[in-house]
Amino acid sequence: MMDVFNWDGTVSAKDFRIGALSFAQKWESLNSAFPPWSWVPCPKHPWLASPEVDIDQNSQTDPGEEETSCSEKEDDIDDATLVQSNHHELHYCDFHIVYSYTFRVPVLYLRAYCSDGRPLLLDEIEKELPACSSKESPETKWAFITQEEHPYLKRPWYKLHPCGTSEFMKLLFLGGDTGQPKLEVVLELYLLSWFSAVGQVVGLRIPCKMLNDRR
Amino acid sequence: MRKAIQKRMEAKKYVWEGAIPLQIHLHESQVTTLPPPPPALILAPRIGYLPLLVPLIKPHFSSTLPPGVDTIWFEYRGLPLKWYIPTGVLFDLLCAEPERPWNITVHFRGYPGNVLIPCDGEDSVKWSFINSLKEAAYIINGNCKNVMNMSQSDQLELWHSVMNGNLEAYLRVSSKLKLATIEDEYTSLCSSKSQQGSGETDFTGQVKTGRVPVRLYVWSISEDFDDWEDLSQVDSWEKISYINRPIEIHKEGKCFTLHDAMKSLLPEFFSDESLSDSKLARVDFEDAQKIPSEDVSSNKVVEDQGQNAYEHREACCISSSAEIKLIRIQGIEPKLEIPFSWLVNNLLNPDHFLHICVCVKVPQ
Repeated sequence: MMDVFNWDGTVSAKDFRIGALSFAQKWESLNSAFPPWSWVPCPKHPWLASPEVDIDQNSQTDPGEEETSCSEKEDDIDDATLVQSNHHELHYCDFHIVYSYTFRVPVLYLRAYCSDGRPLLLDEIEKELPACSSKESPETKWAFITQEEHPYLKRPWYKLHPCGTSEFMKLLFLGGDTGQPKLEVVLELYLLSWFSAVGQVVGLRIPCKMLNDRR
Repeated sequence: MRKAIQKRMEAKKYVWEGAIPLQIHLHESQVTTLPPPPPALILAPRIGYLPLLVPLIKPHFSSTLPPGVDTIWFEYRGLPLKWYIPTGVLFDLLCAEPERPWNITVHFRGYPGNVLIPCDGEDSVKWSFINSLKEAAYIINGNCKNVMNMSQSDQLELWHSVMNGNLEAYLRVSSKLKLATIEDEYTSLCSSKSQQGSGETDFTGQVKTGRVPVRLYVWSISEDFDDWEDLSQVDSWEKISYINRPIEIHKEGKCFTLHDAMKSLLPEFFSDESLSDSKLARVDFEDAQKIPSEDVSSNKVVEDQGQNAYEHREACCISSSAEIKLIRIQGIEPKLEIPFSWLVNNLLNPDHFLHICVCVKVPQ
């Protein structure tokens, strides 16, 4: 078994699935104020669908439109979230975590729209989530958003470019002073750690209790 | 030695010179003059992209267009065409029975933003192309540094070589990117020694195992048919499954064929015996996700021996299960036994991806 020093920061599709399910489970049990992530078992494009963005302390959650997943399983996903912007306008934001076979890492896809359904433009989104366009902090250095077609839903979404992911994942696990973790541990916590970094860029937070929970 | 290089270039040259005759009609909603303008006849490079044709198309229709801002998009029988897919791939995918000329419609208004990502002309296409190239570089080399570090002038020259269909210029610039090729099994089988020579400095080495950038477009149908013409039109992108996934080549003595490649991406369309194949052990995720309706008890695809590239395949099935009806790459329907390496070394698009169009029949 490869040791953690030779690890390149990527995960296999199988490990992604395991990590995603574990992440979704933890989120649901420790983050019950927010709608859960649902696993979309699409054979060619596995992904985790979310509903939640919580930028503002005062924001509430609201069940929004339902979307069906790929036809094989007919899972319904509750997709919606309420984000309060500075202008007191209500915006909704959907997040999906999709596995990339090219880069062998998770990729965050997002879509934002107004309450009347009008999709938000990239610069409007960047205004909402200032960390997106910031080049300052290490986490946001490689974070840039491009407009791209969702690989399964086939609609225009925005995606957080994944080419820096394996680098920062390596740093996260090996750059710290917490000693050298075992590779199995790394893979188990992969999605959680990935999300803690990437989520910051788009204003999503992981509650501390999720990070501390080692079950 | 020069002759050997020329021979290698032959197939690439055919690919780069390949073109689709288009007959482009202005959508009736935008015709403001009588009589309506005749359609524009344009020869579109296979390896190019539709928005790049706009400078040729627009003058043809400008006198009839209504006033306002142009947001140009193309459509085939009601289906908005994705502008970042190479023209040849769109044609191979959407015209089961090749239509010559290909009749498509151009719109200057009413961009369907809910279906198509925005296109601001040449810049958007260039950006999309460079991104694909980065992705290909990542797949082949494990990083995209070589593309990211290209000088501005190199990047521009590369892009212009694609726009102008200039293969020599393209090869000159792209060789600097050191995108390793895979060992060409066909050539080494056919010819005797010395494929390596002082003249072949373009090719930077041979990789025994590696990942190949592939984009697979799978059109699923559920009806039986005699002729491609009988088939109902693709009226929605929902009917096409897009798989952007590298193919892993493992050299284990025997030749890695197109059949092996397709099996690794679409295992559900091949017989059960292939599941015990060591190559498929890598596709463990696919196995975990098997959906009953797509399970294939057994099927074989029998090669059609005809010369005509557009004869559709005979497939004999032991049960009425899923089968592959058609595989098209650069307008060619290669035999499944062809060494995959030959396809990779000759039929790539300039973005360094192998675009494969597949038509599959699935049970109702």
